Amino acid sequence: MNEKTMTAEEDLRFEQMLAEESVCTKENIVFDRTDTLIDTNMHYCPGCGHGVAHRLIAEVIDELDIQKDTIGVAPVGCSVLAYNYLNIDMNGAAHGRAAAVATGIKRVLPEKYVFTYQGDGDLAAIGTGETIHACNRGENFLIVFINNGIYGMTGGQMAPTTLPGMKSTTSPEGRDIVTMGSPLKITELIAQLPGTYYVTRTAVNSPVNVRKAKAAIKKSFEYQKLNKGTCLVEIVTNCPSNWKMNPVESNKWLEDNMLPFYPLGDIKKPSN
Amino acid sequence: MKKEFRLMKGNEALAEAAIRAGCDAYFGYPITPQSEVLEYLSGEAAKRTGMVVLQAESEIASINMVYGAAGTGKRVMTSSSSPGMSLMQEGISYIACGELPCLLVNVQRGGPGLGTIQPGQADYLQAVKGGGHGDYKVITLAPSTVQEMVDFVGEGFELAYKYRNPVLILTDGALGQMMEKVLLPELRPRKTEFEPWGSTGKTPDRERNVIYTLSLQPDVMEQWNQRLQAKYRIIEENETRCELIDCEDADYILVAYGLVARICQKAAHIARDKGIKVGVFRPITVYPYPYAELNKIADKVKGFMTVEMNAGQMLEDVRLAVNGKKPIEFYGRQGGMIPSPEDIFHKLEEKIIGELV
Amino acid sequence: MTEEIIIAGFGGQGVLSMGQILCYGGVIEDKEVTFMPSYGPEMRGGTANCIAIVSDEKISSPILTKFDTVIALNQPSLDKFEHTLKPGGLLIYEASTIINPPKRTDIDILPIEASNEAAKMKNIKIMNMIVLGAVLKKKPIISLESAILALQKVLPERYHHLIPLNKEAIEKGMELAEKASVTA
Repeated sequence: MNEKTMTAEEDLRFEQMLAEESVCTKENIVFDRTDTLIDTNMHYCPGCGHGVAHRLIAEVIDELDIQKDTIGVAPVGCSVLAYNYLNIDMNGAAHGRAAAVATGIKRVLPEKYVFTYQGDGDLAAIGTGETIHACNRGENFLIVFINNGIYGMTGGQMAPTTLPGMKSTTSPEGRDIVTMGSPLKITELIAQLPGTYYVTRTAVNSPVNVRKAKAAIKKSFEYQKLNKGTCLVEIVTNCPSNWKMNPVESNKWLEDNMLPFYPLGDIKKPSN
Repeated sequence: MKKEFRLMKGNEALAEAAIRAGCDAYFGYPITPQSEVLEYLSGEAAKRTGMVVLQAESEIASINMVYGAAGTGKRVMTSSSSPGMSLMQEGISYIACGELPCLLVNVQRGGPGLGTIQPGQADYLQAVKGGGHGDYKVITLAPSTVQEMVDFVGEGFELAYKYRNPVLILTDGALGQMMEKVLLPELRPRKTEFEPWGSTGKTPDRERNVIYTLSLQPDVMEQWNQRLQAKYRIIEENETRCELIDCEDADYILVAYGLVARICQKAAHIARDKGIKVGVFRPITVYPYPYAELNKIADKVKGFMTVEMNAGQMLEDVRLAVNGKKPIEFYGRQGGMIPSPEDIFHKLEEKIIGELV
Repeated sequence: MTEEIIIAGFGGQGVLSMGQILCYGGVIEDKEVTFMPSYGPEMRGGTANCIAIVSDEKISSPILTKFDTVIALNQPSLDKFEHTLKPGGLLIYEASTIINPPKRTDIDILPIEASNEAAKMKNIKIMNMIVLGAVLKKKPIISLESAILALQKVLPERYHHLIPLNKEAIEKGMELAEKASVTA
């Protein structure tokens, strides 16, 4: 497109079009940036699920009108800069320690809404202890767990959730479960802890799944008011760059490989 | 009103002082010889002031809970002993970088490894040179009595907020376990006011507060470092503290901090009984270190002996301070062994006085 | 006046409470005090010892190798600490169980059959208080009144009904010390 220069006539028409304010009015607007999402370019790769997941959290915070009462905890990983995109008070934790940091915040400010946003390496490898113990204590916050089966930021190394046979830079022949262990289904594990209240697995690969993921996040924020324990929303996502696929292929691969291993749906629902 | 003195164990006195300092939260993990801090607070604090006391799953979790809670602007602390402090170093680096106030306590034991549960001072370099990664400093107070274990809690919190910097009370197992007469401060209310930088929920009237420690641009990170360094220079200018005991007429100076400084006082008495003029130089802050004060003394004396419960860690600072002006010898015990006053006197005689007479 | 004392015995003999009572008594009398326990495995039934320092002046070292008074409640403690007594110091030991008496001749030695006396008083646990009474008779580091007040501070509240018995034991110890001959 850019290579083709516009004719003077086209140029004029374009400018006129822009000048016409009537194109976007409050009445006919169908899609807008949600307030809690900061108006800036995200560093995420094209087709990555992080952007959608961020937006869902921002929408929920806006809909519940809890921006002034919400504190988020960003991890180390691709979403290390999550605090640059969400217009709320945030705290950037050390690698794996988000659940401990969130515990500190929630314990001294119990009336606030607190959530962590963590990837699979952060939550299920280096931070396993903090994750399990926070959930076991039933800390009243939400953990948003982004599972794409790979270390994104460091460049595609094997994650605790990398599928058997799946290639990564540190499992170039594919994950060998004999020497590298099996993928850790930490969400199922956490669901068994009495401290957790609501544990669910969602995805953002299709409109219907995006809607379900948002509903799960919204419910979890609402549950925080009840003081009933930890909520964990896993979001199974793609990583086009490190899976070495285009976004469409990566979503297809996710459906064919990730979702059969990590089935979607509620793993633990509130009893009443 | 008559002041009420109590006989208290160092660790318990420190815990009581934390409650009275209006501390909002304590996060800790059991480790000998400091577990009494967590135990004492678990029994008393919540009932009396509503302070949060939480036994974490590890020291790593403790320090990160401190990081989270300190980020809200609340008055928070943790305590541990040597192996546990090693685990906390990464978190302390984050706290220092994020410029969060908090109080840390290291009731040192003998190391390395699992070491012993007896007192030690071998975490000196870790404490004062920045035990974690990156260029940062932790204001480090070294009490030598149970009363100072109490006093430094309140003073530590003051310094932490004054400079938005972690403050460490560097003590040891003997001071933690021994009992002395203490005068406790009045109960101060818990901290309810919010700090302007605290991450507490973004209200419409202010920009959002983000606690973070990362910059992808090295030039920005360098400026950040320079800001921290400028703050450390101010701390060095304003907060250096030391105690000079019988130094005015002394020919020889024993340099020691904490418990060992007291043992050195007894050694100095033994020396003076024999007609040898010995004084004791005790740094109270080991970061910032009283270099100038020690350097000044070097002009008047014949020699120094540094005494530590390690293989010679503060010795490096003493050498920097004295800067070659006078001979410096060293006597240290390790692994949880405590030097006795007689040992110190004999070493002083053998290593310095004998040589110079 | 500065009194530097070491108290040693088996864990469970009440070594630490004796030291604490001396120190709390010191606090009550506006003196400076330091109490340094040995800690660690001793808590679990081995030998236990503690240093108690009571002084009119600010106390320097809590770590000492020479003492004004040594209190030994069992044989290993006597063997270990006899030589730490300063010349002219006081060695008090529990004579019903210690079979090899001290050998030094430059010190005051006071054997007290505290276990036997405690058995007569039908509570072996007050043995330490009998010894403490003997110490206070020979060296009035703190007054009997202060010792009783200190007991209230040191004993957990659930044992406060035993304070009269403890007082009786201290007095018994004082009486024994008065009768006993001190060898020098």
